[in-house]
Formats: sequence, structure tokens, C-alpha cells
Amino acid sequence: MSYAMDMQNYTTQSETATSEPKIMARDVNVFYGPSQALKSIQLDIGANEVTSLIGPSGCGKSTFLRCLNRMNDVIENCTVEGRISLDGVDLYNSGLDPVLLRARVGMVFQKPNPFPKSIFDNIAYGPRLHGTVSNKDELDERVEKSLRRAGLWDEVKDRLDKPGTGLSGGQQQRLCIARAIAINPEVILMDEPCSALDPIATAKIEELIDELRERFTIVIVTHSMQQAARVSQKTAFFHLGELVEVGETDRLFTSPQDDRTQGYITGRFG
Amino acid sequence: MPDTKDHIVSSFDKELRIIHEIIIRMGGMAENQLSESVDALVQRDSAKAELVRKEDAKIDALEEELEAAVIQLIALRQPVANDLRAVIAAFKISSDLERIGDYAKNIAKRSIAINQMPPQKSVTSIMRMSRLVQEIVKDTLDAFSNNDKDRAIDVWHRDEEVDEMYTSLFRELLTYMMEDPRNIGACTHMLFIAKNIERMGDHATNIAETIYYLSTGERIEGKRPKGDRTAFQILTPDDGEGEVEI
Repeated sequence: MSYAMDMQNYTTQSETATSEPKIMARDVNVFYGPSQALKSIQLDIGANEVTSLIGPSGCGKSTFLRCLNRMNDVIENCTVEGRISLDGVDLYNSGLDPVLLRARVGMVFQKPNPFPKSIFDNIAYGPRLHGTVSNKDELDERVEKSLRRAGLWDEVKDRLDKPGTGLSGGQQQRLCIARAIAINPEVILMDEPCSALDPIATAKIEELIDELRERFTIVIVTHSMQQAARVSQKTAFFHLGELVEVGETDRLFTSPQDDRTQGYITGRFG
Repeated sequence: MPDTKDHIVSSFDKELRIIHEIIIRMGGMAENQLSESVDALVQRDSAKAELVRKEDAKIDALEEELEAAVIQLIALRQPVANDLRAVIAAFKISSDLERIGDYAKNIAKRSIAINQMPPQKSVTSIMRMSRLVQEIVKDTLDAFSNNDKDRAIDVWHRDEEVDEMYTSLFRELLTYMMEDPRNIGACTHMLFIAKNIERMGDHATNIAETIYYLSTGERIEGKRPKGDRTAFQILTPDDGEGEVEI
């Protein structure tokens, strides 16, 4: 009984903490040509929280993630309806520059994709492009800080001029995370950031995600339910373009409310 | 499992089924041990009591088997949601059933001792109380095999009746002891037997709570029913009623 009460308090507290969501999605419909990929999605993403999006392939979770920094703009015949806002500002209908938006909402992809440049230049690229540093010292400092935050500094500090592509897979992925945080974004989107990595590299990224949460809001798409359980505070389950269930991660993995969620996370789907 | 759909990986279902079956078997054995131990007391049958003592090892062995199966399943399958609740529930229920078995064994031991003494009047009350607990244990196990949360709630409420019977037996035994100090030895054994049966009821209540959690993912709401007031009773030979509530 006291457990149930604690849980209630816990929920209330965290709801208070996230009463002003960082990102709000309302009635979001996405179409690829005539086919509908997302159906009337309502989702709040709390600041300084990790929200994981799970669901079977083709359920729309990556599509939703890509709506959050307008990556879908570059896909021909993709239409996004409804309202998505970042700190209350509409992403699609307020004349917001998508390039500036992507500086605030960074992204890390499934396969590490460092630029074919030196490790230093990989990190320096964003700050230079956006002109957020005024001199070489500041740039050096920014590169070091980003690499430190990504837990990569000690491993690469003696070879900053070597190509980023020469690093191991896990290091490359942390390099991409360092590159994403170098421009001081507010939100980091991760699309299966560990699916190409071994368990040790995965653990390092997960540890990093937990640390980054203090400064950034993180949304992660993952096929590994254990990973969602390990790294996120909120989990959202998508199925056939619908958002079936969203809730505290610990609740969703112990007592999901919807049969479809239960079927999926327990491996019964059919 | 009384559960919805099968897993994509069928060996997972097989392992869950094995765990479920062990609990059913343990439950059947614990239930049987309880009734046999009280029969041994009522029929003054020391051979039967001896058998109950020996049989307890089988329940213990099943508990170990279940623990191993649960640990293996958690390590290899990382169950979540209702699967996680099923294995955790099985783990908890097995330890409750093992305790019920231990209490039956203790009743058997005491009945061997009591059989050396003159027949006890309080046997009738013990029998009545044990019949109620047997029913409760049986209903609890039925609730488990059918994943029936309503039945679990029903059982949960019935423990109060057991506690009340225990309180009244406590008074009855004290009266016999005050009547004739030569009764004290046998009555003390009877009192322990009554307490054992009352504790079995508590374990059945635990199991009912676990079944409710297994089925719903939530705790039973409300305060646990409690009817055992013996902790607050003082008896003195002087006053007529023989009882003061404080």
C-alpha cells in the first residue's frame, strides 16, 4: 500500500517537473504521398528527460523523431499536419528557419557518420558554420569541452588532426555526439544510436546519455527495449502510426496499460 | 499459463509454464500437508504425523527447483511486464507455500507429542479453524491457477475470520490452563498449533496479494484485515471474566 502511495507521489512529482514540456506535439499527422505514417499523435516531451520511442519497424517512431527537427522537409511528398512546438514556438508555421532549428535540435544517427575530416574539424564544423565562436582559442576550448562531455577527450586528445573516420565504431558515434553538442543544442535526437555498436561501446553511450540529460532534452528511437528501459524516464510505444501508450518507463515495463504494448514488449506480438 | 497470447519464442512459454506448474504442485502439496497434519492430530495418528514430517522435504525441494528456474529465466530472457510479474509472483508465492509446509510439519511434530497426553477438548476448535484455512488456501490456489483477481480479493478479506477464530481459541486454551495446571503442557502445544494455522492464513493472504499484483500490476487497495487481538489481551485468574482489554 505504501508502495502504491509512493508511486503516486512519484508520478505527481515528475508530472509537476514536466508541467512545461520542452516539445509538444498535437494532432500530428504525417503522410508519405497518399499513405499515412503517423495518425493524430499527441505527445509531450519533458525538458532534461530522456524519452524513448519504441515500436516495431514501420510504426512511425523514426518519422516522428524526424518531425522534431524538420528532417522530413527534405523528403519529397512528405506532408506534416498538426502542431509541433519547441518551448511553445510552432516549428512548422511560425517562419522558423529550419537551419536554425537544427542548431537547437541536434541529431545523431544509427550509423556513425563522421565527416571525412580530422577529429578536430568534425567538432569545429558546427561552431564555425553558425559563427558561435569568435576566435581560435574559443574554438579549441569548445572542441575540448564537447569531446570531454562525450567522454572521448582522453582517447583522442593526442590525435585531433587524424581523420574521424579512423576511430572505432563506438568512438565514431561518440564523436558524432560530441559534434552534435558542440553547437550547444537544447534537444538531441538519437535514431538508434547504438544498433551498430558492441555492448561495451553501447554501455558508454548509455552512460553518456544519462550524463547529457542534465543539460539536454533527449529523444531516442531504439529497437532495444532493454535500452529504452535503461536510459529513459519516459517511454512512448508506437504501433501502425499510432501512439499507443506513453508513460513513466518503469511503469510501462512493469504494468503496461494497453494489450498491444504488453504484447510488444514481452515478445508476443501477433 | 492462463495468459493471453504465446510468445514468438516458444521456449520462453515452455519455461513460464514449468514455473507455473511447479507452483501448482507446491500448492497442492502444501494444502495436503495441512489437512494431513491436522488429521494426525485429530485422529491421534503418530504414524501419519511422521509421514507429514518427512513429506515436507519434497516441498522444500520444489521451492529450490522453482528458484533455479526463476533465476535462469530472469538471466536469460529478461522478462518484462506481465512476464516479469509472473516470475516474481511465482518466486514470492513459492516461499509462502514453503512456509505453509513448514507450519504443517511443526503441527505434525507437536501432534506426536500431544498423542502422548490425554485427549484435548480444544481439538474441535483447531479442526474448525484448520478447515477454514484449508478452504482459504484452496481458494487462493484456484485464484492463482485461473489468474482470478476477484477471488484473490475475496480470500484476502477472509483472513480476518481466521484471526477471530484464533483469538477465541486463545481464550479457550487459557481457560483450560487456568482450570487445571496439568493442562498447560498440552494446551501450550495446542496454542502453537493454532498459531501455526493462523500464520498459514497470513501466508495465504500474502499469496492473494501477490495474485492481485500479478493480475493487475497494482497493489490491493485498503488496509489489510486484522482480527487477531491476542497481543492486547491480559488474563488474570482473579477477575470473573478472566480478560481485560487494554
